[in-house]
Amino acid sequence: MIVPFSHVLVLAGMLFVLGIVCTVARRNLIMIVLGVEIMLNAASIAFVGAASRWHNLEGQAFVLFVLAIAATEVSVGLAIIVYAFRRTGSFDPSAYNRLK
Amino acid sequence: MTLYTLLFYLVATVIVASTAVAITRRNLVHAVVYLIVSYFGTALLFYLLGAPLLAAFEVIIYAGAIMVLFLFVVMMIRIEAHEEVFFPLSQWLPAVGFGAVYLIAGSVMVFKTPGTEVKLDLVLALPRDYAVYVFKEHWLSIEIVSLLLLVALVAALHLGKGNDKGAMEEES
Repeated sequence: MIVPFSHVLVLAGMLFVLGIVCTVARRNLIMIVLGVEIMLNAASIAFVGAASRWHNLEGQAFVLFVLAIAATEVSVGLAIIVYAFRRTGSFDPSAYNRLK
Repeated sequence: MTLYTLLFYLVATVIVASTAVAITRRNLVHAVVYLIVSYFGTALLFYLLGAPLLAAFEVIIYAGAIMVLFLFVVMMIRIEAHEEVFFPLSQWLPAVGFGAVYLIAGSVMVFKTPGTEVKLDLVLALPRDYAVYVFKEHWLSIEIVSLLLLVALVAALHLGKGNDKGAMEEES
């Protein structure tokens, strides 16, 4: 007996909200990608908690795919950020308004 | 209250606190290091909830690979200490209001849905059973994901190379 399942969900929800705040409020591209990572991590916590709740390995299998998607997203995202930084010299998303 | 309950709340507090500190840092290196602390906490949580292999993956991939990638990008690009401009409060208020409504609805749903008050048992998915399960039931998805990683590798390479060419054309 560890904790009620709802507490795991609440923890995942709090982390997800923190990720949303980081993505929406920060005006720095690297912090925005970090916020997406935090949200993916919160989803993984919910999946592992559900796998433990129903004694089913399906949730844990899904976390493996979440990890792979996170790695893919971060590598392509950071490559695009570096590319955009060399073109504009800024990390501020509002500097990318020239559409060229 | 058992030892595991205590451990869960302790680790959860550390995760939420370090993430909250991380998203408010102005210095990117500090933010990334605080997030590494948060991911180590998540790995402990996975171990507590019976997923030792995923705990190892969390440390290796999230804390090891992804965060080091962030650190490399932060170090590679010199960042002038520019002041981030935050949005004015009048733009914030509607968003905060809608968010609060969803938060209340979500917490009511979490606590009132039948089945969420069930206490989690101590379970353990041995890495061997987990691997057998994944490769029996999800072998096609594994192949697709490996293809996706290859696509990401090619895309990152292409972006890196095309960038040099574009910069040279701009200079000439």
